[in-house]
Amino acid sequence: MVCDICGKSQATVHLTEIIDDKMTELHICEGCAQKKGAQMESHFGLADLLAGLADMGGQFTKTKKETNIKCLRCGLTYEDFKRIGRLGCGECYSAFKEALLPLLKRIHGSTQHYGKSPTKKTTKAAKAVKTMDELQELKEKLQKAIQLEQFEEAVKLRDRIRELEKKKTR
Amino acid sequence: MNIGDLLNNQGEWLKTTGPNSDIVMSSRIRLARNLSNYPFSHWASKKEQQEVLKAAKQAVGSSKKIKDPLCLDIGKIDSIDRQFLVERHLMSKEHSIDADNKGLCVSEREVVSIMINEEDHLRIQVMKSGFDLRDAWCIIDSIDSELGNALHYAYSLDFGYLTACPTNTGTGMRASVMLHLPSLVMTKQINKVLQAITKLSLTARGLYGEGTEASGNFFQISNQVSLGHREDDIIDNIERIIRQIIDHEQSARDVLLLQDKAVLEDRISRAYGTLKSAHIITSSETIDLLSLVRLGVDLSLIKSVDRALINELFIITQPAHLQKIEKKKLNPNERDVKRAEIIRKNLG
Repeated sequence: MVCDICGKSQATVHLTEIIDDKMTELHICEGCAQKKGAQMESHFGLADLLAGLADMGGQFTKTKKETNIKCLRCGLTYEDFKRIGRLGCGECYSAFKEALLPLLKRIHGSTQHYGKSPTKKTTKAAKAVKTMDELQELKEKLQKAIQLEQFEEAVKLRDRIRELEKKKTR
Repeated sequence: MNIGDLLNNQGEWLKTTGPNSDIVMSSRIRLARNLSNYPFSHWASKKEQQEVLKAAKQAVGSSKKIKDPLCLDIGKIDSIDRQFLVERHLMSKEHSIDADNKGLCVSEREVVSIMINEEDHLRIQVMKSGFDLRDAWCIIDSIDSELGNALHYAYSLDFGYLTACPTNTGTGMRASVMLHLPSLVMTKQINKVLQAITKLSLTARGLYGEGTEASGNFFQISNQVSLGHREDDIIDNIERIIRQIIDHEQSARDVLLLQDKAVLEDRISRAYGTLKSAHIITSSETIDLLSLVRLGVDLSLIKSVDRALINELFIITQPAHLQKIEKKKLNPNERDVKRAEIIRKNLG
């Protein structure tokens, strides 16, 4: 694919812009991307490193909407986050969830928490966490059982997983 | 308890009572926690920061697990006291800067310390002597649960404990082990070890954590990932790798003793001799020489010195400690003289 701007070099950067619900795609080369990039932020800190990570997922997607999202609880914008590398409050994780998911995946290799939860064991949230924990454990066991060709054990594990999945969606 | 009292007592983690305390200096676990009703510290207003500080201090004060804590408003103590607390590994360097509305609570024997309004509202830390992450986890887990009953933590089912920086979310846990690896450095194997570590989602840092250089052959190794794995699994992973590093260091020591005993003995004895007789000594020279003497003690080449004393000397020869001991401000030249004096007195 040839660069949309200079029409000469190979396009390696794919930019999707959404302005007023209209989506335009740009396929540009490294050089033109840098020129265009100059319009974006010029400094480079942890925040940019984080944001850079989030943007590395194959397609370079920067939407007008994304930059304008604001956490209704604390007022922090996604741009603020990219600038300072810190979120504003716990609610930001919901407000920026879509943008944070690829970032968390890059940093941690996962987007799902397993482990301790603050709530007492009787609460709904804790129960759900416990179910998630058990599910993860069962899935790991299932993989092992299949590898070791222990099919009887695998069937039992599969049934237990189905049972729990049903419970989870309920 | 006040800050001065800390000076008269050795921190529990320096006492070399823990497992493998020849090669492992200390084990540390920290948890990052935030209160759900407030913006994170950096984004909160002065008033909100004050409220967080008050609530956190209250929760720590009424804790049954942390008996008689020393609670400090970092903004109200002078710069030497702040640096003193950093040097004792009770708080981070960042915590000593722009210190308004920041707090610190320290337990008896300095096992537990809690930074309030650092990057996160609460940074709970437990330090143990030697290679003992399990015990550190047991202690911190129970303290965290107790505080969690008094304070409403920011938490989500998906992302776990929510933290200001997404690199800490999930368990909010960093487990680290401080290793003394002089023989791996001498035999030039250390880079290989450090490279291997990063491939196993662990990181290596210097004596004072993030952003500090390795000195005195000390390396702090900790987990990089906090989301997606249970606390137990993260600790298991680190333990497995640390055990291997300990074995490597041990065999490097054996090899050095076997092949280069005279050279090794010479270096260690010269280091010991310098420390016993110097009248002016910088902190970086002190760290390097103490590291060699520590190795000498581990290998029984030096028999008259206790390892816990060496650990203590690492701490009390730092700038703020010297000034606290002397009870006045000292310029760098005066500190080098005072440092040498204290070392001579302790090793002589």
